[in-house]
Amino acid sequence: MSAPALESTAAATRSAARRIDGALITLLIGAAILWFAPTGMGRYGTYVLSLWLVMSIGVMGLNLTLGYAGQSSLAQAGFMGLGAYTTAILTTKWGVSWYAAFGLSGLLTFFVGILLGFPALRVRTHYLAFVTLAFSTLVWLLLRNEQWLTGGAFGIPNIDRPQFFGIKLFGALEFHRFVVAVTLVLSLVLWWLVRSPWGRAFTALRENPVRAASLGVDTRAYTLLAFAIGSAYGGFSGSLFAPLVEFIDPSPFTLSQSLFLLLMVVAGGSGYFFGPFVGALLGVVLPEWLRFAGSLYLIIFATIVLALLIICPQGVSGLIERCWAALGRRFGRKAGGTP
Amino acid sequence: MSPVLEVQDLHKAFGGIKAVNGVSFSVREGEILGIIGPNGCGKSTLFNCILGQLEPTEGSVKLDGRDVTRMRPSDLNRLGVSRTFQLLQVFPELSVRENLILAGQEHQGSMLGRLFGARDAGLSDKAEQMIGFFKLGHLAEAKAGGLSYGQQKLLDAAMAFMAGPRLVLLDEPAGGVNLTMLGDLKERLRAINAEQGATFVVIEHNMDFVMSLCSRVIVLAEGKVLAEGTPAEVRADPAVIEAYLGH
Amino acid sequence: MAEFIAYLIAGIATGAIYALAAIGFTLVWQTSQTINFAQGEFVMLPAVLILLAVKLFGLPLWAGGLIGIAVFLLVFGAGFKLVVVDPMIKHGVLPLAIATMALSIIMKEGAKDGFSAEAQSFPSLVPTDMINILGAAISLQHVAIIVVAFAAIGLLQWFVGGTRLGRQMQATAQNPTVARILGIPVERMVLLTFLLNAALAVVASLLISPIYLAKFSNGETIGLFAFIAAIVGGFNQIRGALVGGLLIGVADSLAAAYVSTQYRMAVPLILLVAIILIKPEGLMGRKEERRV
Repeated sequence: MSAPALESTAAATRSAARRIDGALITLLIGAAILWFAPTGMGRYGTYVLSLWLVMSIGVMGLNLTLGYAGQSSLAQAGFMGLGAYTTAILTTKWGVSWYAAFGLSGLLTFFVGILLGFPALRVRTHYLAFVTLAFSTLVWLLLRNEQWLTGGAFGIPNIDRPQFFGIKLFGALEFHRFVVAVTLVLSLVLWWLVRSPWGRAFTALRENPVRAASLGVDTRAYTLLAFAIGSAYGGFSGSLFAPLVEFIDPSPFTLSQSLFLLLMVVAGGSGYFFGPFVGALLGVVLPEWLRFAGSLYLIIFATIVLALLIICPQGVSGLIERCWAALGRRFGRKAGGTP
Repeated sequence: MSPVLEVQDLHKAFGGIKAVNGVSFSVREGEILGIIGPNGCGKSTLFNCILGQLEPTEGSVKLDGRDVTRMRPSDLNRLGVSRTFQLLQVFPELSVRENLILAGQEHQGSMLGRLFGARDAGLSDKAEQMIGFFKLGHLAEAKAGGLSYGQQKLLDAAMAFMAGPRLVLLDEPAGGVNLTMLGDLKERLRAINAEQGATFVVIEHNMDFVMSLCSRVIVLAEGKVLAEGTPAEVRADPAVIEAYLGH
Repeated sequence: MAEFIAYLIAGIATGAIYALAAIGFTLVWQTSQTINFAQGEFVMLPAVLILLAVKLFGLPLWAGGLIGIAVFLLVFGAGFKLVVVDPMIKHGVLPLAIATMALSIIMKEGAKDGFSAEAQSFPSLVPTDMINILGAAISLQHVAIIVVAFAAIGLLQWFVGGTRLGRQMQATAQNPTVARILGIPVERMVLLTFLLNAALAVVASLLISPIYLAKFSNGETIGLFAFIAAIVGGFNQIRGALVGGLLIGVADSLAAAYVSTQYRMAVPLILLVAIILIKPEGLMGRKEERRV
């Protein structure tokens, strides 16, 4: 066998290995576990698991905008609200299928996200935070006040869960599996995106926009895209949230909720692919386990975030990475001095 | 032959301070032009106005006879004008290879093409070549933020050349680089100039570096062109000695 | 007309409260790049602490007041700087801002769980009578708020501009490096601004709680409007925050009366977005060109 042939086989193996990385394997295994996880958990336990995934999608979007592209946004709950209400109104009042409503929710929030991105081209980080904060509050005011469309404070009841090729997904377990599938698809899309040249350009935008522009990176286009895609994930999350809870009112889409979502990004690890799942776990699932703590839970969560920020601003993911590296060093040293 | 870059009567004022005050010069194809001058004479501001990072108050910039004044930096870069900054500007969280791929990826295909195309945008080989050329071979996978100052400086320069630019503006490439690496850098720049015919404009404090690298030198003082000529002519110019070299 | 004057006075009164909070906000921003998202909770908490001290120890109001204020100044003046800001500041503006968001949740929920989820009445320092000005019935409380708030702001202006300590503080805010070279104790000056911020919050709290009652959620609106006031006026000085605060207060009051109660909140928000897009340096701010 000639050397070049060997080399090309090796190169093929290398490129295959490069395409299938740890994140992808973790995603697939995670989805398989979550598919079967609710066995014996009961309706409520299953609901909490589904809620975790639905919130994770929203946090994933914000993680793209903030964690990867470095654009601060305090409007993610507003986008979730837009998505949830679009889906609820389309499916209950106009009889549109959930799938179409899901697509339209994503499309609407994508374009509203672009609009919200324009101020980002003009102002610095903290001013941007305030523009998005104003937007989030305006959305909430619309949801609460436009009773003819949104039902006002009474909300929209009886939101149907979708069907899947004629199979009704009304049960908690069936719908949970549907949520697992949708979350997996959206995670795969984002996984592809952050590994593509776009992901590299987003990172460059976060780390040094001036230098990025001098290297031909169209910072305007990428800033708007970071907002649009992140917002669309907010919309998708809301679109799944509506049929999950089957009744929506404006209260889960307040400004405080936007802050809370941001804290989840940071707690999980801003800019880490699995950060949002960890953050949403802390923000959504842990309260259910800590039910005895009652409303003190919010204090516990906020204190955890504050402590994390002070000790390790990279969040839980950063903490794990740090421990891993420390373990690796210790293990490496014990194993016998190979540098 | 028309010049590659032509700067005409460029002005830039910050409030009442005139940082650049009517500078005109042109750069010929394939030459290495040096711009020198005392601190605060407006060299970096001049670069930033030419390259769209700052908006000039007055004046025009032409590339191959085409007016590119106030063009966005990213568009100008895609027309083949590249630059480095006075302060180090690499992306610390990306690896050396990723830094280089980033520097080239926006020069080909469409936005959507990049999203669906290969992860390395087909630039791995080119990046490898630049890594070899700038002697960063063993560092390809290292995060740029972990490199030494001199290595980052080399990477910074390598990124400016990644997309095969025809005009490169270097802002103090030798600043803070040790002597060995300085030699390397000079030799690399000369090689690119000779082999690829790339045109350079270099801002520099290090006199030896400028005088040995450049074929022509412009001296700036207080936002204006004080003198222009070959290194030898400039060195002999009494006004230059008075304003700058004499100190 | 009489009605308009009444709304105007009410707007100026709430605007003066926003101004107090906004001034504290800009002080802290200037000396330590802290965007305090808990600023509204800073205004909410002193009244709650005072009522808590009265309730827990059975103290008379004045004693409870002293204890509540002392605890607040200690914890949210000095403690806030030492425990939250100092360790976070090296990580940059955004992580620090996020940390104050977490702090705001802790303060709000803490007040809810540790004190009361219901609004509690807070004693007024002046009679709650109405007086007649130009045919308009004006609440004496509103007049008192305006007088006290303006006195506090005037005092602060005098301190910053007219005393040695105040000028040292200003120098620290403008350029800490140069201030340090000039021998100004920079750290102590920064601490002073945090204490001043807490003191302004106490004044605002004592003024507003008799009207809006002491409730854990009061900080949400006050905080939001204080930010807006600071940005609309211009981030960099007391004057800007004052103008911004009054403008927002009056706009809010008139919008509630003449536009729509449901959308009253939208008016300041739209004002904010307009200012950020058209004149990001604020109405009173100076434009600074970014160097590359």
